[in-house]
Amino acid sequence: MKNHDNHISSYMLNWTVLLVLLMLTTISILAIKMHLGAYTVALALILASIKVTIVLTYFMHLKFENTMLRLMVGGVFLLFAIVIAITFTDYYFR
Amino acid sequence: MNNTSATVPLNYLNHKTGLWSWLSSTDHKRIGLLYLYSITIFFCVAAVLGLLMRIEKFAPGPTIMTAQTYNGMFTIHGIIMIFIVVIPGLAAVFGNIFLPIMIGAKDVAFPKLNLFSWYIYITGACLGLYSQFANGHSPDTGWTFYVPYSAEASSNVVIALTAAFVLGFASILTGLNFIVTIHRLRAPGMTWFRMPLFPWSLYATAWIQLLATPIVGITLLMVIAERTLQIGFFDPTLGGDPVLYQHLFWIYSHPAVYVMILPAMGVVTEIFPTFSQKPVFGYVPIVFSSLAIALVGYFVWGHHMFTSGMSYESRWFFSFLTFLVAIPSAIKVFNWLSTMYGGSVDLKPPLLYAISFIFLFTIGGFTGLTLGSLATNIQVHNTDFVVAHFHYIIFGGMGFGFFAGIHYWYPKIYGRMYNFKWANIAWGFLFIGFNILYFPLFIIGIQGMPRRYFDYDPKFQTGQMISSVGAVILVIGLIGMISNLVYHVRRGAIAPANPWHGVTLEWQIPSPPPHENFDEVPVITHGPYVFDNPHTKND
Amino acid sequence: MTTSEHIEHSEHIDSDTGKLGMWLFLFTELFLFGGLFIVYAVMRSKYAADFHHAALELNVLIGATNTVVLLVSSMTVAMSLTAIQQKQKNLAIGLIFITLILAGVFMVNKYFEWGHKISLHLYPGSEVMKTLPHGEIMFFGLYYMMTGLHALHVIIGGILLTIVMMRISSGKINQEHYLLQENGALYWHLVDLIWIFLFPLLYLIT
Repeated sequence: MKNHDNHISSYMLNWTVLLVLLMLTTISILAIKMHLGAYTVALALILASIKVTIVLTYFMHLKFENTMLRLMVGGVFLLFAIVIAITFTDYYFR
Repeated sequence: MNNTSATVPLNYLNHKTGLWSWLSSTDHKRIGLLYLYSITIFFCVAAVLGLLMRIEKFAPGPTIMTAQTYNGMFTIHGIIMIFIVVIPGLAAVFGNIFLPIMIGAKDVAFPKLNLFSWYIYITGACLGLYSQFANGHSPDTGWTFYVPYSAEASSNVVIALTAAFVLGFASILTGLNFIVTIHRLRAPGMTWFRMPLFPWSLYATAWIQLLATPIVGITLLMVIAERTLQIGFFDPTLGGDPVLYQHLFWIYSHPAVYVMILPAMGVVTEIFPTFSQKPVFGYVPIVFSSLAIALVGYFVWGHHMFTSGMSYESRWFFSFLTFLVAIPSAIKVFNWLSTMYGGSVDLKPPLLYAISFIFLFTIGGFTGLTLGSLATNIQVHNTDFVVAHFHYIIFGGMGFGFFAGIHYWYPKIYGRMYNFKWANIAWGFLFIGFNILYFPLFIIGIQGMPRRYFDYDPKFQTGQMISSVGAVILVIGLIGMISNLVYHVRRGAIAPANPWHGVTLEWQIPSPPPHENFDEVPVITHGPYVFDNPHTKND
Repeated sequence: MTTSEHIEHSEHIDSDTGKLGMWLFLFTELFLFGGLFIVYAVMRSKYAADFHHAALELNVLIGATNTVVLLVSSMTVAMSLTAIQQKQKNLAIGLIFITLILAGVFMVNKYFEWGHKISLHLYPGSEVMKTLPHGEIMFFGLYYMMTGLHALHVIIGGILLTIVMMRISSGKINQEHYLLQENGALYWHLVDLIWIFLFPLLYLIT
């Protein structure tokens, strides 16, 4: 019933996380000016994935949750990546 | 529900009475029964539609209905059977009633959410029925809602799509509830690998419900947007891609087949050890085959689209994965047969149904491989062969699994026993009628009889006629089975707590179970299928 | 998982159970958007150039502003949880209030963004739209569908957080019992998480 032995993240940690996220956002906006061509999507997705991982880990407290839940979250993202990949076995070769 | 004399102890059926006590109950057993009754009603409606279609096909040309009526009927038959009967089916009925009991819990993790899911389900089911009777034509797209036709048809497609969307939501919430229940509410000592196999199959099922259903939800929303806002994702004239719809639809709807069949596999896995009085053969392989079916089953959706213009690479890839998913199913079949081998087999009605499950499921499975290989698929695609295969899996598999389950757990649910002789005769009609109904469809399918056709070439008439006769025999069997069960709810002989000498937890409590299942929290000290346990021998 | 878990049968749902339920629900939300991301991936690979042209219509500044707004709101809602755990009731209420204001700012931005597009007749089914190349029609279709569904989630999240705020002020959510607040925060982070993907995919295409 009670919320027990829960980790309390400090205000400082929250600020730091926000700063990192804002920096990454700035990088991704600046990156489009670099005209990387085909790599732009890849870079944008990598940066977005890093940001999402940070949000999941710190804001959503995954770092302090049990292994089972972390595995589930990882598995769900992996599953989605596989589904996209398999869909592209069709579209890539068509 | 029961005659509440002083001699009958309080149980979940009689501790409160009145309709409202049922409609507002958060007791998982009562919610399971609510599902059972609603599913039975919808099953009967859709079965009657199926019978009417079969009568129509008794002779070529219009027999008892017009072509448009026929199109509406096979669509509604499909929508009701798939979305309202079979997908919730076993999980919502037996999962609700027995999952908490079998893992030693007093209820599911979120009882209110559970009741709420039932109301969502009923809302969706009523919407589905409404699409049939609202102004305009009943939907005629088939249950698959393929674009571009579903985006253009003037029939009540939007209502039917909304119904499927709402029903999907109920399915998601049930799956969510089961996963949390299994993770959090197992009795002390009930480790993962001491859990009976029916909960395991529900666990695998629940993950599919949770992770596949949203995809079809958004896809149906896209079709609605296509019709109402001209958003055009699937419309080639606007740059959209109709094959993309098929991808999205089957990303859900193929795993949905495993939502239907996995719990049925779980049910028969409970029945074989009990009626052989022998531990299940290969507990761990069965667990992992359930999980493997759920996982690999998620990646084989493309085998529904071999003739839709997918790339060659994609086709062989999906075909390969399809053959792969047959392996865990085969493992299960071997395990069931090995469980019976050398056991003291007691051929009571539940086992009769479970054995016919293996027989019919195997035929359905092998013909599935015929469909899953690229070359033969081109010949039999979109013919009655597919219809026969599908019904062997869904009706012969899930349906007979359900019948096996209801005959197995009936004494536990109602505390009464049905008539065995009556049940055996009904089984005979069902099993024979089923095969006469669907087996000819394999043959005329290979000969080229297309599915979903109102009319046919007279050369197919023999097969069609035999099939229609089978439908009548099957319906007689259904009436016999249902009337046996309904009649004995009140009038059957009082059933003991453990009529089949089962060893899983649900047999260790009174029949019908008390409101809170267990007087004291059970402590589990061994695996689920230990038959020489003195505790179970003494009754 | 351990073997010594107790069966709780009370009106309250214990914290781990409730949170697991919420996480599973978030998974379904991810796959709901996932369907749209699949459509996006397919269409973008098919019409790369058209997507680039169409994306020029979107204002990067508004998109970036909304990204910052959501990131900050994610932090404030995370902080409100820290506040409630440290018994700082008023601070927790204040932080959720800020989150709600930021949600409002996001929606107002969205309103002007959509309004501007619609005033240019860039909406599905319009005459202007039908003259555009196929890829641009797909892009705007996806733009409306994705941001629309996302905005719906912002609204639902806002309602949820309003309830949380009222429960905190009435004392029903407190240092001992804050499951609802945790779940509300998780939901709000999901809204942020989806946007983190939507922003580069819709606004930053070159």
